[in-house]
Amino acid sequence: MLQAVSLRCSRGERRLFTDLNVKVERGTVLAVVGENGSGKTSLLRIFSSLLPPEQGSVLWEEQDIHQLKELYSGQLTYIGHLNGIKDDLTPLENLMSAMSLAGEPCSHDGAKEALEAIGLKRPVHHLPSKVLSQGQKRRVALARLWLSTHPLWLLDEPFTSLDTAATAVVTQRLLTHLQRGGLAVVVTHQEVALPAETVQRLRLTG
Amino acid sequence: MSGSSMWEAVSGIIRRDLLLAMRRRSDAAMSVFFLVIVASLFPLGVGPEPAVLRTIGPGVLWVAALLACLLSLSRVFTADYLDGVLEQMVLIPQPLAVLVVGKVLAHWLISGLPVVLLSPLLGLQFGLSGESLGVLVMSLLLGTPTLSMIGAIGAALVLGVRGSGLLVALLVLPLYVPILIFGAGAVTSSMAGIGGEANLSLLGACLVLSLFLAPWATAAALRIALE
Repeated sequence: MLQAVSLRCSRGERRLFTDLNVKVERGTVLAVVGENGSGKTSLLRIFSSLLPPEQGSVLWEEQDIHQLKELYSGQLTYIGHLNGIKDDLTPLENLMSAMSLAGEPCSHDGAKEALEAIGLKRPVHHLPSKVLSQGQKRRVALARLWLSTHPLWLLDEPFTSLDTAATAVVTQRLLTHLQRGGLAVVVTHQEVALPAETVQRLRLTG
Repeated sequence: MSGSSMWEAVSGIIRRDLLLAMRRRSDAAMSVFFLVIVASLFPLGVGPEPAVLRTIGPGVLWVAALLACLLSLSRVFTADYLDGVLEQMVLIPQPLAVLVVGKVLAHWLISGLPVVLLSPLLGLQFGLSGESLGVLVMSLLLGTPTLSMIGAIGAALVLGVRGSGLLVALLVLPLYVPILIFGAGAVTSSMAGIGGEANLSLLGACLVLSLFLAPWATAAALRIALE
């Protein structure tokens, strides 16, 4: 279970949110919505431990994430608004390198299957990522979700640049993750097409 | 967190950075060409007098190696910061300092090791004798990793700052001074017949110290840059 307790966050002089309390149970997703600049990405970065909150704390299984440190990192898969892929590497090399970094090394075949699952056909696997479209680059980043065994997923605008078919595939993957007892926090402008009982919405007003 | 998974992450970073350097050979070759050109210009400018060249040789070669290292520093973290890989690195289930060691080691293999390997050839231009060339190689072998370690702190501190190239030079050049003095001093002492062991020992001590302290300082600077 992921829990935010009395979180406060400011960027510069601007107060984004204060006294924010939210609980995300296993098998559910927290969809964070709000206008641009309302603090959605900041909240996700606080959940990921990249950004320390001004006040309050984030608890994972009732323990403060800043005390858990690497133990907490070993529980999460974070895909930010930057894809985290190298233009000079192929999608296959990018995916294998990202998984090896995340402490979940995967085989060549496993990486290929993950890329195919998100709709990247075999000929694309060996092209330098710099020649891919934005949507294809996003797919390379999201292919990690097919290989991740971590229970907590933190996704920042995962559906940006994706076509309808890819959005449906990612949503289905998210549902499978929830059914296996995982949980997720998703920052999105789009409606998440998941069963209502699995989605908790949090609207930030800035 | 096991030792093997830690080693896997570090070796993964080194492999990836070496692969990237192979894909962008021109970037990696830039600092080496810089070293060769700077070291070759001095004999042309100062004149062919062997005694003068032997006197200035160790200092010139060390300053050139130091500037070549400085030239490549901006590449250590900037690309990873801009494409989001650095965020992923910070969030892996290993201490960030350990990964920093991997990044710096990869940087040294790409930018520092070629300098060490080329140094005997460049030393010949300055009329250095066989023993002095050996001491020069040894001093660079101990000194260039330290330059990379110290440079990584500066590179992490200026991450995302405009005009970071100049700023990193201002930050790390004063810290490079002891390495320069010990490195050039080792070769000069060897030429004077008193042996370079004392200076080499000091360079070794600096390397050990930087290996223990620099990764933690760099990791802290990277976390601040990502906030």
